[in-house]
Amino acid sequence: MSTVLTNICKKYDSDKTVLSNVSTEIQTGEFFVIVGPSGCGKSTLLRMIAGLTPITDGEIRINDKVVNDLPPKDRNLTMVFQSYALFPFLSVWDNVAFGLKARNNNSQADIEERVNNALRMVNLEELKDRKPRELSGGQRQRVALARAVASDAKICLMDEPLSNLDAQLRIKMRQEIYALQRKLGLTLIYVTHDQVEAMTMADHIMVLHDSKVQQIGTPTEIYKKPANEFVASFFGVPPINILPAIKTAGKTVNVNDDFQVKIDQQVPTDSFKIGIRPNELMIEEADELSANASIRTIEFLGDEKIVYAKMNNNDIEVAAIVASDAQFKAYDTIKVTSSDNVLVFNNEGVNITKNAEDAVNA
Amino acid sequence: MLKTSTTDVVPEKKVQAKQRQGFKLNAKDKYYASIFLGPSLLILGLFVFYPMIKTLYISMFLTNTLGNTTVFVGLGNYVKLISAPDFISSMMVTILYVVAVTILTIALGLLLANLASQKLPGISIFRTLYSVTMGVSVSVAAIFWLFIFNPSTGFFALMSGWFNLPVVNWLTSPANAMWAVIITTVWMNLGFTFLILLGAIESVPRTLYEAADVEGVSSRYQFFHITIPMISPTLFFVSTITIIGAFKSFGLIDLITKGGPTNATNMLVYRIYKDAFYSGNYAKSSTEAIILTVIIAFFTLLQFKFLEKKVNY
Repeated sequence: MSTVLTNICKKYDSDKTVLSNVSTEIQTGEFFVIVGPSGCGKSTLLRMIAGLTPITDGEIRINDKVVNDLPPKDRNLTMVFQSYALFPFLSVWDNVAFGLKARNNNSQADIEERVNNALRMVNLEELKDRKPRELSGGQRQRVALARAVASDAKICLMDEPLSNLDAQLRIKMRQEIYALQRKLGLTLIYVTHDQVEAMTMADHIMVLHDSKVQQIGTPTEIYKKPANEFVASFFGVPPINILPAIKTAGKTVNVNDDFQVKIDQQVPTDSFKIGIRPNELMIEEADELSANASIRTIEFLGDEKIVYAKMNNNDIEVAAIVASDAQFKAYDTIKVTSSDNVLVFNNEGVNITKNAEDAVNA
Repeated sequence: MLKTSTTDVVPEKKVQAKQRQGFKLNAKDKYYASIFLGPSLLILGLFVFYPMIKTLYISMFLTNTLGNTTVFVGLGNYVKLISAPDFISSMMVTILYVVAVTILTIALGLLLANLASQKLPGISIFRTLYSVTMGVSVSVAAIFWLFIFNPSTGFFALMSGWFNLPVVNWLTSPANAMWAVIITTVWMNLGFTFLILLGAIESVPRTLYEAADVEGVSSRYQFFHITIPMISPTLFFVSTITIIGAFKSFGLIDLITKGGPTNATNMLVYRIYKDAFYSGNYAKSSTEAIILTVIIAFFTLLQFKFLEKKVNY
């Protein structure tokens, strides 16, 4: 009982490849997030699973049944759209009941019970007679969720369901969706461009970029052991510092003459790249002589500050997280040092960090 | 729907003072106002408002053959007209025509628009074909259909010949002439109706259909429960336009049947024209014109009321 994608390809015309060789297995009852920048093909992949867009090549299997050529209704799934797809002329109750009524094989009592249950589950019972235009964004979103809940389907697809909501509401709905998924035991396949949504909700994340799968893993794996430079940069705020490095004789590498980082492994080429998370960089005030960087801007976030600094030697920008009571200001001269928790990338951007396995549990 | 904000309530008097101030025109404003409004006021006054008032005036008098008013009769003309059997029959003919034209135009327009909205290769050819009657003038359409209806060489006559069916006299039998006029009018209306409805159907968000597809809703159910309600404002608009247009039909009737045979297609507008310019009965004609105006005004009013309340979701 799972959803299996095997070598899914999508091409428009003959040369424009949107997705190539996407394979994964999504377990029943898991929260699976497909994430990537806009235009990476994530919505297309979701629509192909739903059956709304035909696949060019490959195989989609739901519960051991190949569904490549089945219409959406026979795949036994439900979908929540970014625009919510609510019928403006129907009340909340009728919106939720629409599919059940149309299919004609449900008794009136059955429909009523399921719709009322679904509305209760998303706390919309009191608004059941309102029209969508009389609802707030979050309430509309809940109607769309209720529609998915009312359907019997155990697989639910969501296409950027939170992107029309403001930041605070997004956090609230994130928790509600997560709770609902756990409560109903739904297999939830969720598309988003927001790495925070992916990290906070997912059991497994699939990262898509350049029409290819970059990595599939748990949030911890993705963050601690990114497969490549793209995945490392995509997760984490502010993004990881990717710096050029040059091999030296000892166990350190040179980012520039004033900034060395310790790494405990062999590297294949003389020049390569290292990745340092902003919270692994340390900053201290320094006089002109011992300083290796100067501060450009500081962002205050409440319990911490983000310091953006420029290296003196080769004008590289780095971001570092410091305590919120740290007394820095713009144009201060500083000395930047790094912990030795560093990722190493080869020139193709592939993560070649030694002992990356251990890092996951660190 | 607009909601007035309650947070910044300005006292009534202040608002009025402000408004009065706002509408105070200086010399320059008046100059521009007269330049912009002048031409249209002149044209509307000369060709719409003056004839309208004059018609109302004439309808309350008896007239001589030159159209000059003679004796004031008040509503006498109206009373006489409403009890005249030939006027009643003319009204009935008009209503039958309007109802048939409206139903057929909307039904066919909807059917074609729904077909043309399907994503199929080459569909744009059909879109162009279906809307082409928008560019055909009434006289050309009338001649075109006169050829088709011609009992000896027309297309329908030829078809009857092929299938050994009796030839239908489209324009000489009273019952058939009505249908001939209805068919021609519907054909003329179809281009516009099709185009407007196609636009409405295309603007229904695709995700509504996709959501329905995922839920297993049949395409027939989707058409009646998604498409129709979503385009209902447009549907109502087109119906009203068609109804008003049908009441005003003149050109096609004049060119195809001239109100005949035996007054079978003597619609209200055509009757007004004949009463005034053939019989010289200007008072009667003006009275009929006012009645027609009232009928059309009623439908226009209905459109506004209905649009406001029922159709707008």
